[in-house]
Amino acid sequence: MSVILIAGETGQQGVTQQTLELVTAARSLAGDGGEVIAVFTGAQDAVAPALPADSVYLLKHEALGEKDSGTFDAATDVLSALASELDPDIILFARTDRGSVVAPRLAMRLRSAFARDCVAAAWDAGDVIVTRPVHGGNANARFRLAGKGPCVVMFRPGAHDAGAHDPASSTTSSPELRNFDPAPHIRESRSKLLRTGQEQKEGVRLEDAEVVVSGGRGLGGPEPFTQLAELADLLGGAVGASRAACDAGWIDHSHQVGLTGKSVSPRLYLSFGISGASQHMAGCSSSRNIVAVNTDADASIFGDARFGVVGDWEKVLPAFISAVRDIS
Amino acid sequence: MRIAVCAKQVPDPDIPPSQFKLSSSGRAVEPPRNVSPVINGFDLNAVEAAVRIKESADSDTEITVISVGHGFALDVMKRALATGADRLVLVDDPSAQDLDAAGTAQVLAATLSMHGPFDLVLCGRQASDWDQAHVPLFVAELMDIPCVTVARRIDIDGASATVERVVPDGYQVVEVALPALVTVSNELGEPRYPALKGIMAASRKQPEVHKLDELGLTDEQIAPMVELISLEIPQRQGRAEMIDGADDAEKGRNLAIRLRHERLI
Repeated sequence: MSVILIAGETGQQGVTQQTLELVTAARSLAGDGGEVIAVFTGAQDAVAPALPADSVYLLKHEALGEKDSGTFDAATDVLSALASELDPDIILFARTDRGSVVAPRLAMRLRSAFARDCVAAAWDAGDVIVTRPVHGGNANARFRLAGKGPCVVMFRPGAHDAGAHDPASSTTSSPELRNFDPAPHIRESRSKLLRTGQEQKEGVRLEDAEVVVSGGRGLGGPEPFTQLAELADLLGGAVGASRAACDAGWIDHSHQVGLTGKSVSPRLYLSFGISGASQHMAGCSSSRNIVAVNTDADASIFGDARFGVVGDWEKVLPAFISAVRDIS
Repeated sequence: MRIAVCAKQVPDPDIPPSQFKLSSSGRAVEPPRNVSPVINGFDLNAVEAAVRIKESADSDTEITVISVGHGFALDVMKRALATGADRLVLVDDPSAQDLDAAGTAQVLAATLSMHGPFDLVLCGRQASDWDQAHVPLFVAELMDIPCVTVARRIDIDGASATVERVVPDGYQVVEVALPALVTVSNELGEPRYPALKGIMAASRKQPEVHKLDELGLTDEQIAPMVELISLEIPQRQGRAEMIDGADDAEKGRNLAIRLRHERLI
């Protein structure tokens, strides 16, 4: 049995999906009789309720929250102070913008072992063993985390089931709300958030889409993305792109799927003119059904796809769209 | 102003997945022999960011590129010099291969301190081999300086920098006090290609080379905390079910029918 500390996050709909996934991971790592503690820094009001943790900290301070989001210095200060006091066995983060910054800084401050972007973690003879994809998903590595203090583990979104908390089967009722004063631990800020900008996008968010229609270098220009958008609309999905297409300026970088872009795991990933370089597959390989349309029969994406078409997208795509219209 | 850029030599990430093999030790992934290594793509974006700052600066700006590793391809690393960096510092040591991310950060921080102080430290947002985006944050923590990640634009304004960083739904503009560390993303723009004049100048420059034991680090500081215990190339799902047809248009129609049959659309 172990003590697992979760660095939780809230969004507009309360506790985020990724935080719930962490709870699933934490329950399994804590074991029978173990303890799961969730801490929210800069949390909005009333996030504690249905979270199946044993106890929850809701830390509020003017320096936390959005104001801190340029460098996350205050969140790092507060979490490291709390971690030093609680001395958990493992601290869990989700790979979010904040997690990607705070988790490594915290690990280095505590001189703890750190692993990012993990898809699994388990105990083995008193050590934590994590699994994570490396080389853009071309290889899977398993690491043993040693060092002093708690291990810091950051999970890839989607690595665990968020819906595994059936209230009926849960042994925990409401978590105990605990107090911790963040103020003495927050140092003078070295950064200032001047402004934030929304990149206006219509329709479904790429990360949440059940269907993603993606285009790559093989499309040869910006125009085909209009057709991809039409298809995405038809299927209630979102448009993705490879890095090559974004770097060429055919579509905005906010559509980029891959190691350096967004990670998506839709029910259906339709790709046109994408060869399947590891850079790209790292962002979409957890899609449940990949469909590849490519002129090159040897394109490596056919190794990852469930369905493939060797053909010219210029002919395949319009026929596909019109057939989809007829069917639906 | 003094800028340091941390850069890493990596296997070319555009190598198709099917050509990756495990090394005989099982501890490393070997790219095909005939493909030369590259500077990590985001690190080239960081070099580009540094050169743009240098071009727009009123005062003298010096750019030092620092890399830790072993078996450097000098012509590859010199690309940074050819595109506008002034100095190249290599920590070239066989034992660099045994460093984990925390150890690498210790070595980088020690090298930065030896050649510093620097006003600005730039890193690529992530390395394409071990995908370790956390080395820059480790370095910032060791140097006790703020770190702004995933920048697409950096403007220097006296004792502070104004950084535009990419966030999942848009962007943020952050003012950060110098010295600071900033990680740079590809949204900053394509790194420039070296001009002939730059290549000639770079060819006359020699890197300053250090061994690990010159940096004054203790064994404890660089002892790995994260130990690789196994590495495997995942089994491919096998080839896709190929959808056929008399011509490409029919293939498109048949694909729709097949996906409908599977209730995927």
